[in-house]
Amino acid sequence: MWQRLESSDAPRLTLTFEGRQIEARQGDSIAAALLAAGIENFRTTPRRGSPRGPLCLMGACFDCLVIVDGMPNRQACLVPAADGMEIARQDGMGSPLAQAAE
Amino acid sequence: MTDLAVIGAGPAGLAAAARAAEGGLDVLLLDENPAPGGQVWRGMAEASRAQLSTMAPDHARARAAVARLRSTSARYRPGATVWQLAASARGIELGHTAAGAVHLTEIPHVIVATGAQERPFPIPGWTLPGVLTAGGAQTLLKSSGLVARDAVLAGTGPLLYLLAVQLISAGAPPKAILDTASTAARRRALRHLPAAILSPAPLLKGLAWRRQIRGAGVPHIEAVTSLAIEGETEATAIHWRTEAGETGHLEASHILLHQGVVPSTNLTMAAGLDHEWDDAQLAWRPRTDRWGRTSHPAIHVAGDGAGIEGWEAAEARGEIAALDALQAAGHLTESARDRAAEGPMRTRRTATRLRPFLDALYRPATQFLVPEAPATIVCRCEEITAGELAPLIATGLRGPNQLKSFSRAGMGACQGRFCGLTVQAMISAATGQSAVETGYYRLRPPVKPVPLGAFADMTVEEPADAG
Repeated sequence: MWQRLESSDAPRLTLTFEGRQIEARQGDSIAAALLAAGIENFRTTPRRGSPRGPLCLMGACFDCLVIVDGMPNRQACLVPAADGMEIARQDGMGSPLAQAAE
Repeated sequence: MTDLAVIGAGPAGLAAAARAAEGGLDVLLLDENPAPGGQVWRGMAEASRAQLSTMAPDHARARAAVARLRSTSARYRPGATVWQLAASARGIELGHTAAGAVHLTEIPHVIVATGAQERPFPIPGWTLPGVLTAGGAQTLLKSSGLVARDAVLAGTGPLLYLLAVQLISAGAPPKAILDTASTAARRRALRHLPAAILSPAPLLKGLAWRRQIRGAGVPHIEAVTSLAIEGETEATAIHWRTEAGETGHLEASHILLHQGVVPSTNLTMAAGLDHEWDDAQLAWRPRTDRWGRTSHPAIHVAGDGAGIEGWEAAEARGEIAALDALQAAGHLTESARDRAAEGPMRTRRTATRLRPFLDALYRPATQFLVPEAPATIVCRCEEITAGELAPLIATGLRGPNQLKSFSRAGMGACQGRFCGLTVQAMISAATGQSAVETGYYRLRPPVKPVPLGAFADMTVEEPADAG
């Protein structure tokens, strides 16, 4: 379990993951917001459907890909969390369109 | 019109951008993160007092570096991902995405300060959710004040011990440290100790960390030779074996791995710059002279991206590269550049005295570079295991590019960042070839994926008075 170190006075944000409301702090990346809410499984892989979560948190590993407001393949560790964001778990390539582009 | 683009706002990039702007150049500083500082100084410009207490004491330097940059005319663009760097007839062609817009710009001179990433750590189960790099866990701590309770730390290198100390300070001591530094590496490192003692401060800091870890009662299992993570949908346990043949396991839902950092070379390799193999650091780095100038006269690389030396040296190397760029642009005479560089060159020399000792002590053991278990995933993106690659290598494939076309290893979104060194090490181990003979993936732009739709609205910025 990831825990907050202190009661920070950073403004609170509300976003959703798979329709469920989660609370985040201003300054969180999407990845930090999800982990703080107890969500470790961000996506499944295209080849074997294995679960994945963030590894490097610095934009290098591309393992934290999620769908943000309908757009697949967003790096959760690089995109700041924002109020009202709708996040979805990315299964495989994320969408038929992304598959076609590949 | 931009005279100089600096890529990366860590210690090297901040110093380079500030120095070049102070010297009269029009500077654009591009950085992928939402705030300046890079990885080592992440979040420090905005951190609260309570957060700062768990961070390294260098936060004052971080704040000073950011304040210095803000006092100059340099334009700082956060959230900017550079995906192309290429020589063109009129300078350097630079492609980047920022705020959803794609930019393609011709710029006379570029300083690359993209730093380092953690070395791949291919062991069974390293792809499971709950397994992060130690650097990743540190990022969560610095930027969001998040700590994992009862995490197991595994691997070797200063960052692993620093993270342990930070977690202890935050009231969340790790469940255990599984230390993969070998007895042989410790012996070899002793040779470099006399030189290291000339700059005792970092050595003493390292010893203080070890005392803190012992004092907190964190089990520290040394000379670990084998690691495997267990779990179905998330990590649940880690198993190990030591040099003495002792085995053990611990239940853990968070496992934080680290075996050093390596230069981030995807951008410099895709730019076609010459690279060389550093056998002490087991990594590629762009070939640079003492000013950071690469095989292209209008591209410098500063900081850990040109070889791992740490943040103090990185700051000095940013300063040095900027001075050389100022001289190249006619803003400084050679002798003025040389005089101004004396201080930073001295800083760099002092800051790197410990490096040969650290490189020897924390050199990853072969079995953590060349996976032993066939089920170990080597290419995380395409899910290619060591057991799938080994027979292909045995058929006579002698280079990572051949292996890539036959297996897809390295063809995923990370573009080899987390498998390139492993694939190379596997081929070298099987063929007896040197690292240079084996070589690395041939990388091409874009070095980060760019949404196709974004190209439709691309802004092509022409230099105002080209020619």
